[in-house]
Order: sequence, then C-alpha cells, then structure tokens
Amino acid sequence: MATEPPRAPVPTAVTAPRPAASTERRRLEVASLSAYYGHAEIVRGVSITFRDREVTAIIGPSGCGKSTLLRCLNRMHETVPTAHVAGSVSLDGRDIYAKGVNAIEVRRHVGMVFQRPTPFPTMSIRDNVAAGLQILGRHKPSRTETDHIVEDALRRTALWDEVSNRLKDSAIGLSGGQQQRLCIARALATRPAVLLLDEPTASLDPISTQKVEELVYELRRDMTVVIVTHNMQQAARVSDRTAFMLTGELVEIAATNTLFTTPSDSRTEAYITGRFG
Amino acid sequence: MTDINAPRGPASPPKPPPVRTARPSVMQRAAAERTQTTIGRRRVVNVVMVGVTFGAAILATLPLIFILGHLIAAGASSINVDFFTKIPKPPGEAGGGMANAMVGTLVLILAASAFGLPIGIGAGLYLAENRGTHLANAVRFLSDVLNGLPSIVMGIFAWQFLVKPMGKFTALAGGIALGAMMIPLVTRTTEEMIRIVPVSLREAALALGYSRWRTSLVVVLRTALPGIVTGALVAVSRIAGETAPLLFTVLGNQYWSASLREPIAALPLQIFNFAISPYDQQHTLAWAGALVLIGIVLIISLAARFATRSRFGLGGD
Repeated sequence: MATEPPRAPVPTAVTAPRPAASTERRRLEVASLSAYYGHAEIVRGVSITFRDREVTAIIGPSGCGKSTLLRCLNRMHETVPTAHVAGSVSLDGRDIYAKGVNAIEVRRHVGMVFQRPTPFPTMSIRDNVAAGLQILGRHKPSRTETDHIVEDALRRTALWDEVSNRLKDSAIGLSGGQQQRLCIARALATRPAVLLLDEPTASLDPISTQKVEELVYELRRDMTVVIVTHNMQQAARVSDRTAFMLTGELVEIAATNTLFTTPSDSRTEAYITGRFG
Repeated sequence: MTDINAPRGPASPPKPPPVRTARPSVMQRAAAERTQTTIGRRRVVNVVMVGVTFGAAILATLPLIFILGHLIAAGASSINVDFFTKIPKPPGEAGGGMANAMVGTLVLILAASAFGLPIGIGAGLYLAENRGTHLANAVRFLSDVLNGLPSIVMGIFAWQFLVKPMGKFTALAGGIALGAMMIPLVTRTTEEMIRIVPVSLREAALALGYSRWRTSLVVVLRTALPGIVTGALVAVSRIAGETAPLLFTVLGNQYWSASLREPIAALPLQIFNFAISPYDQQHTLAWAGALVLIGIVLIISLAARFATRSRFGLGGD
C-alpha cells in the first residue's frame, strides 16, 4: 500500500469547479432496492446513483428509511436479525449482493461512520486508526507503513496536531468531536472507495460539527461520500447533491442548490420549508 | 409587593394586578392539615426504615468481623515461617506447617481454572452472541441449575466418573470437579459483561470489515475482559474453600506433592482433618489454616475489585 495517497490536484479554492469528467463516473448504483426488518418494508424500491467524487446527502424525517438505505450500501443491514434486502447495489458495476460476494470484502471498500463516536476502548489512538489494517492478512502493511498510514489518516481528519504526542494513549480520553474524527480517520485508513456517514455530527457540539463538515467537504476530492443528516443546513453546506426520502421512498434527488431552491416535488418543498417533519 | 404577605381581612377587596388574594377555603385548609399529618407520618416511617436497614447492614457484616476476630485470636499465634514452609508433623508432635496444603490449593485452583475458564468464557460468549435461540435459553437455564448444585453432589459424581475409572484419588479429578463448579459462574458473568458492550462498538468493527468471530474476540471480548476477569476471580475465590468435592477426589496428602496424578493436600481438607483430630496443637493449626484461607480469598476479592475499577481504562497493546 502506498504511504502517500494519490490525490487529485488541490483546487485553488474549495468552491473551484471540479473536472466535469470525474463527476460523470458512477460509483454506487442502487436499483429498486427494498429493505426489510421482518415483514416491515423500511426502504421501498429505491433507485439512486451516487457519483464518484461527490458528496450526496440524504435528508428526510425520522423513520423515513434513510439510515437503513445507508446500511444497505455496505451490507450492514443484514447484520441485524430478521433484516433482509431485495434489489441490487453495484459498486463500480459489481453487484455487492450477488452470490459469492463476501460482505466483509464489501465493507473494506465501503467505510462507515456512525451517529455516535465508536472508538475501541481497549485500543490506543494509533491502534484505533490502524484497526482496519490489522485484518488484511497477508496484505497487512508493515509497522512503518502502518505508522505512515495512521499519520496520513490523522492529518486528513485534522487530528494529527492534536494527538501526535499521545498516540499511545487511550482513545477514550479524547473529546467527543475528536473521537468522531478519529472514527473517520479509522474508516479512511483502509482507503475505502466510498464513505458512508450516518448523522456523523448528531452528538457533537457546533465547533466539532464544523470541523467534521469541513472534513467531509475535503473528502470528495478522492472518494464517494454519502451522508445521512437530519440537518438541512448541513446538507446544504456539505453536499453536491441531495436526496429527499419519505416513508421509505426516494421522493427526489437533485443538485443540492436546485433541491433547496426549486424542488420539483411538492412534498420536498413542504419538508424543506418546515411544514412537516 | 408587600401586601402579598400582609395579613388580609375577609372583606379585603381584590386589587389589580390580580395576584391570588383569596383566603384558603375550608376544603383547602383541611387538605393542608392532612398534608401536614401525612408529612409527619412519613418522617417517622422514614426514620424507622433507615434505622432498620442500617441495622441490617451492620448485621450483614457482623459474621465476617466476628469470624475474622476469632480466627486471629485462635490461629494467629501459630502463623510463623514454619507454617508456610513445613509440612504437617505427625499427630502429637509440636510444630509443622501447612505448606504442602497451600501448594495443593494453588495446584487445584490452577487445574480448575484451566478446565473451567475456557469452557465458561466460551459458553458465555455463545450465550451473549446467540440470545433468544432455544439452545441458548436451554444452556442458560441448565447453567443456573448447575450453579445451585450442592458441591457434595459434584464430589460424588467426580468420584463415580473420574476417581473410580482411574482407580485412585488424584489432584486432576479434584481440579475437574472444582472447574465444573466454576463453569456456571463464569458463563453467566461472561454473558452479562459481553451484553453491556455497546452494540455500536460491534457494528463499528463489522463496518471496518471485521469478521464476526474476529469482532467477538478482538473487540467485544477484549472490551469486556476486565469484567470477565472479575467474574473469574470471584469464581476462583468461591471454589478455593470448597471441601466436599475434594473429600471424594483428591483425598488429601500428608506429604509434598504437586502432581496432578497423585492425591494432593488442600487447605480446606487439612483444616477439616486437623479440626476433627483429638490434639489441641492441631486444632490451633486448623484455626491458622482457616485464617490463611480467608486471607487468600480476601486477596482474590481485592484483585477482583481492582480489575473492575480499571474497566474501560487503557487496556494497552
């Protein structure tokens, strides 16, 4: 594994337009996906494309199935008893629900960060970031390589300056916001193609939230990001495109600007203007 | 605003702003009086109940204090270097110690742990990871029954199925009998400790591409480890003083032995044998042995407490 990540040229400003070609590449294709808990259909026939090097936000009222949809994208949904899925999700053209595809392999390529920070309490800060690398078997990087990857992941999450002198300390000693950025660093260390964020700032204070949002904004340079959020301002701030879900169905997906200014569906308009939800 | 507290005549007209100026009605005054008596009664009940529970709390610790005090009075005089280094003298002779019995108890604890801990922890892990299945419920129920099994019954079974086939009393049979007694305790604590590991931690590991078994071992079991260690130590301290199963399995030994294939001495057995002997000198040694045994259990309990305190602290690499 390379010690330095291959990166796209740094734009002069965050608002600089990215190459049009890269936005056209399709990374994750969801086709008529339904997800169930027992007999309850939580996600109903959703078809949606998440493009490479874009941040797609999924918004919608509580219980609309947005988190469940997210959990279908790395096959985490099926870890809950009685949960099952119909339809298909393709990662770069390969159906992750096809027979013979290993869910564990999928999760190595599609990283995930949860609502609450989940550092492993028994591991040091360094070992937390390296946790995903320890399971790569014969592809496991050497100690020095691991140190480089850890440093790189921590730099990308702007944690390096805060924790570089206490990498061997418990991750539990970090603040909530630091813990959440540590979890993002842990997800980034394995260089996933896609990063799924399930309300990553729900338990954070405004300053930490801002740091995580800036980070998400940066991440689009070299990966596909899908973020589920309750907070419409957040969706507007960090995403290129926004999807609106209601009662398990995808109502509409559009460029974030378009969706928030001129939504094509009246239900979207009702939601974003605060008439329900 | 002074008029709010001022005494008010019955005919005092209401003034703006309309603060509540009406006198309490008869009903309200009756209610207030009832409240007063209720509060008074509650105070009395409260004092009585606090007193009763305080007395119970004192009584609960009294036996230990009394036992310790008596053991120190009766046995402390016999505790000396010889007691920890010598084997028992023949009956009637002065001196001698219980060193072989202490070694024997240590060997038995190790043998029991080697047998009981892996099975107990494995079973607990299974119960925690497969909650609600029929097999898990059955195992949990049977384990609870096993927990309540009288130790003498365990001893008889160990004699029937281990000592008889092997043709002699052995430390191994005793270790297995004690280990079997540890299993249900360790199983239940392991299950409880694993259950309090947050689901989110398990999900985080799975989302990183950890397999199910690796998640269980590396993340869940390791996070629950301090609690499991505590449970294991509690189980050890419980079996350290067991006598009944040992009567049927290890028999006791007047000489040095640390072999698993031979009869072995053990503190509880030595205490028993000395206590029923006709010699006063051996009675004193029995008291001293009891004091040492309690000391061992106390040390293990303190270790358990220490392990619990460092729970969710830094586990290190």
